[in-house]
Amino acid sequence: MSEVLPRAARAFVAFVALLRRNGFAVAPEQTISFLSAIDLLGPRGVEDVRQAGLATLAPPPERRATYDALFRIHFLGEEAPPRIEGEDEETLRLQEEGPGFDEPPLADEANESGQSAVRTELTVERRFAPGGTHDALRRLTREAPRRLPRRRGHRRQRARRGPWADLRRTLRDSARNDGEVLRLLRLRRRRRLRKLLVLIDVSGSMKDRTDENLKLAHALAQVAPQLEAFTFGTRLTRVTRPVKLKRREQALAAAAHLVSDWDGGTRIGDALQAFLDVPRFAGYARGAAVLIISDGLERGDFTAMRDAVARFSRRAWRLSWLTPLATSRAFTPQTEALVAIRRYVDDMVGAGSTQAIVALVLSLNDRRAA
Amino acid sequence: MAPRGTIAGIDSPEALERALRGAYYLADEGLATAAYLALALGKPLLLEGAPGVGKTEAAKAVAAVLARRLIRLQCYEGVDASAALYEWNYPRQMLAIRQAGEQSIDIYGDTFLIERPMLAALRAPDSTVLLIDEIDRSDQEFEAFLLEFLSDFQISIPERGTIRAMERPVVVLTSNRTRDLHEALRRRCVYHWIDYPTAEREARIVMMRASTVAEATARAVVAAVGKLRREPLTKAPGIAEAVEWAEAATLLNQSGARWPDAFKRSIGVALKDEEDLAYIRARLDGLLAEATA
Repeated sequence: MSEVLPRAARAFVAFVALLRRNGFAVAPEQTISFLSAIDLLGPRGVEDVRQAGLATLAPPPERRATYDALFRIHFLGEEAPPRIEGEDEETLRLQEEGPGFDEPPLADEANESGQSAVRTELTVERRFAPGGTHDALRRLTREAPRRLPRRRGHRRQRARRGPWADLRRTLRDSARNDGEVLRLLRLRRRRRLRKLLVLIDVSGSMKDRTDENLKLAHALAQVAPQLEAFTFGTRLTRVTRPVKLKRREQALAAAAHLVSDWDGGTRIGDALQAFLDVPRFAGYARGAAVLIISDGLERGDFTAMRDAVARFSRRAWRLSWLTPLATSRAFTPQTEALVAIRRYVDDMVGAGSTQAIVALVLSLNDRRAA
Repeated sequence: MAPRGTIAGIDSPEALERALRGAYYLADEGLATAAYLALALGKPLLLEGAPGVGKTEAAKAVAAVLARRLIRLQCYEGVDASAALYEWNYPRQMLAIRQAGEQSIDIYGDTFLIERPMLAALRAPDSTVLLIDEIDRSDQEFEAFLLEFLSDFQISIPERGTIRAMERPVVVLTSNRTRDLHEALRRRCVYHWIDYPTAEREARIVMMRASTVAEATARAVVAAVGKLRREPLTKAPGIAEAVEWAEAATLLNQSGARWPDAFKRSIGVALKDEEDLAYIRARLDGLLAEATA
């Protein structure tokens, strides 16, 4: 390959290869654009090459620093720093308040007092035990296409009855009948799937349910293409990409790799606020069916959590809080934090089993109508 | 034929930057380079950035520099071919069929075709700039459709056949990044991420856009806006808000309000969200004092 390239072009093509090795997606046609851009700008300076690369190779803005570092290494011969990974935008680290020393999470004991919600970060990588297909998940896959929440779309489709005349079709029809309009064909609005947003608490106090909840997110992602999924504990991590992978083991492994705050402390309020403060993320909540799977065991002051939930409820189409603490149908929240958010959420139901969550998801459409 | 890489007398990013300045748009080096490359390589220009950093203004300025008409297609959820491409004038077609009686009539002639932005740009590529605004608001189907349009610059109308552009039209796409665009779309385009400008450049923009504003006012507004952008607000003020704030404060000042007070009373043009206002109100005095110092 390198023999057919002109010598001058080799350095640039090698730079593209270097970018690819560092996880940038660069298509061949972008390489061609890059070369023609350098050709156009002429041999003027290295800054032009950098700008041409930015414009044609289109590195995502959040990885700009990595791009610049690689550029300096390649073209200016700078030494490679020990680690040239830019801060990943998909993970938000929550602000540490004060010296983070607290007792370790007591995740194995059942406790409702909130003492397992600790503030220190505990970052570990988690492995998932391979599990058989759950009946509940099978039910979800089977019934979701019919029963997931929908909204009226903007586009129209043919229908026997509907508020609009399908003039295009009527005209074509009439042309076949010497311009006589025999029947007026109709159109109606198409019904589209609503956005779904799932926020999963992965802190120590939710440890027993984390595996199941991620499997559920994966199953949902397979039937709802517009799903967004996040996990939170001491960090907020976007796991949409991993859970959308087809094979479940692969998806869970990818998520396990991405999320680093398994079974640690929790700062629900901060996590939810951090979510809403990123405009791109906050947009996912607008008009969406939002599911927050968390026990709501907020440590200390819960006003941040209450305010965040209020903001969520204003944005969302319907806000459902799923807590494993609610086991019976007639659940009344006990902890102060849950009482405080009760009036902002549309549903506060049990999440002790996957069946319960699936039942809620499939009933969202009817609940709204009721 | 003009020499290679020269469009409307512009032969380098610097020349384009000067021309844009003539059209009252201050572009930084990255934007000038990306826009120049897009024009010279005949590729669409994709501009991403937070709301209010001047993405749409950039497209308007490019159109002004090239002395072309700007055709704007505002995207929204559910935007479809009849809004973006073309539509037939059905009532007129039906009337024509009735009037023609026994004679034959072509009901797919130009008189019955309603041009929408993309078709209009395709038919007059040398005198228009097509702006596809806020593409992140459209749905994925439309994005896929756009992909086809942007690679071949042709449109098929079943009744008429394929319409192809005689030359590559100038296309500018903008996105607020409320969702990720498809990778393939980014690949087709020359890309630029517009960031908030430096304080120095923003002050110059404010003065250029609002001629009544004094330099000290412009600097104070830019400093205050810069501080506001670092706060966790729902909607950070963009450049347009900075310009409006400076104008509004100047107006209040002329009608008798004192300085820090004029800023404070006109905060409503910079922050337009009740929660944001409530959040910032307590610290506004201190913030303004720092900015005007």
